[in-house]
Amino acid sequence: MKQPQQTIETIAVEDLINRVHSFHDDGYRLVQISCAAEGEAFEVTYSFDKDLTLTHLRIPASPDKPIPSISRIYLASFVYENEIADLFGIPFTGIAIDYKGTFIRTSIPHPFGSSQISVVKKKPEGQHE
Amino acid sequence: MKVGVMALTVLKNLVKGPATIRYPYQPAKVTPVTRGHLVITIDDCIFCGLCRMHCPADAIEVSKPDRTWRLNQFQCVICGCCVSYCPKDCLSIEQIYLPPTTEATIVTVTGPEPEKKEGQGEEVAG
Amino acid sequence: MSKQIIVPFGPQHPVLPEPIHLDLVLEDERVVEAIPSIGYVHRGLEKLVEKRDYKDYVFISERICGICSFIHGATYCQGVEQIMGIEIPRRAEFLRAIWSEYSRMHSHLLWLGCFADGMGYENLFMNCWKVREKILDVLERTTGGRVIQGVNRVGGVSRDMDAAELKRILSEIPSLRDDFTELTRIFDEDLTVQTRTKGIGILPKDKAWDLGAVGPVIRGSGHAVDVRSTGYGAYDELDFKPVVRDEADCYARCMVRAEELFTSLDLIENAIDRIPAGDIMVPVKGNPSGEYYARAEQPRGEVIHYVKANGKKNLARHRVRTPTLANVPALVQMLAGCELADVPVIVLTIDPCIGCMER
Repeated sequence: MKQPQQTIETIAVEDLINRVHSFHDDGYRLVQISCAAEGEAFEVTYSFDKDLTLTHLRIPASPDKPIPSISRIYLASFVYENEIADLFGIPFTGIAIDYKGTFIRTSIPHPFGSSQISVVKKKPEGQHE
Repeated sequence: MKVGVMALTVLKNLVKGPATIRYPYQPAKVTPVTRGHLVITIDDCIFCGLCRMHCPADAIEVSKPDRTWRLNQFQCVICGCCVSYCPKDCLSIEQIYLPPTTEATIVTVTGPEPEKKEGQGEEVAG
Repeated sequence: MSKQIIVPFGPQHPVLPEPIHLDLVLEDERVVEAIPSIGYVHRGLEKLVEKRDYKDYVFISERICGICSFIHGATYCQGVEQIMGIEIPRRAEFLRAIWSEYSRMHSHLLWLGCFADGMGYENLFMNCWKVREKILDVLERTTGGRVIQGVNRVGGVSRDMDAAELKRILSEIPSLRDDFTELTRIFDEDLTVQTRTKGIGILPKDKAWDLGAVGPVIRGSGHAVDVRSTGYGAYDELDFKPVVRDEADCYARCMVRAEELFTSLDLIENAIDRIPAGDIMVPVKGNPSGEYYARAEQPRGEVIHYVKANGKKNLARHRVRTPTLANVPALVQMLAGCELADVPVIVLTIDPCIGCMER
């Protein structure tokens, strides 16, 4: 409980690049980009760190609306953006190093994106290959 | 001076012997709390299935009509989660590590019939 | 000049404990560009959170990584405890700190050993692992597991250490410190280590910050970024000072890890001095609701466990940003311009843990 409360600021996709630019100019470090399902849609959260305090920006996302990549500002974002693109199927435009879906190779495309995965309980098998 | 240090190390190593244990020819080190493998006292089991529900590795199968408790020892990660959930405390973790095998070992333990006397058997399917 | 060729590095390579693939664009012997690609060991552990009880998931979150397992479990618990508003007993926080530091030492010794092996110094490798064995013994004695401790629970820890055990740990620390001094001396002075590490894989200070590096990589480049300074868990009561080096090369990153061994020992002594008596676990009722970004310092750097729950038994989302993932852009930067023969050493200095990275 001693941990600090975190506030997450929700902004529009159009404002993203501007806001991230100002974070970069203020000397923040990009900590992570994460994606989570929110109802039917998704939300992408950008976390920045300065003096060991986290600040979060959140934008709504969906698989049919591309998000502008911030890798021109923070090159490090390419790993997170490729990961989200591969796991959730949310397109990003203009990633500095775009793997086009080969960064994380999964047998089912976009496993986190839609509810196409169901856990099947298998009978224990006698033989193990 | 360096030669002296080296000679000392060599002598020490000659006296002390190897730092390793020739496992599995020698038994592995164990402590009283080591998690080695999972065992069940089937006589106390009420086949409630809580261990199956909470197993993070899906290694346990419980069948109430057949009165069997089945553990896939290859899948079991010996976390002890089932032990903490068991209402009758019939699951426990023993200290000895299981020997390495090339095939999955599935332990099926059949419990005694509820009203009749015991018919306990243990079979290991390969 | 000469024409460029592409040399594939990995996913199977003697220095790599886990599969990562790098396409090295070479000009003669010099690396011009390195393009990493991962995805060989994606296990979908994050997806599993939707199917498992949030209390049972602790065991799965510990298995995200085979080396920094304890801190993964502890950070996940921190996140869930935060959204459920549970205040865990102080003693449990101290015990978590002690075990965290032990697992940090064992991870660093493993890395120092692998690093020595990577540059072809096998005896040093064996010596590092011999010392590591002593730490694993303590972990096994106190938790029951050598590498996967499995003592974290939502609401505390499941195992206590009695006064005799704490005393025994304290009495073993001086001999560990001697061992560490000897190992660090070799890494610090030996010619083999120096020629393979000094001035190689430079990551300038501003670049390290820009690329969002974490852990020993950014501390080796002169930034004091260590989440333990924020005082999560019991760290607010311990005297912690981050280890920082300014050389920004492989040697600096190696020495940061070597010096952190001593920091960890100090922290353990500190924690044992100040550990309060009391319970180790509080009962947890109900289901979590809310979201939180829990962070902690792992041997490899800052880890973020994002937990999101909506009042059900299963969490809605669990996302782990592992330190290796954050260090990949820095690795790409370090590799550009180095010699092909130095690639293994540079790859090792970020302490790649690919299993963690892909979850």
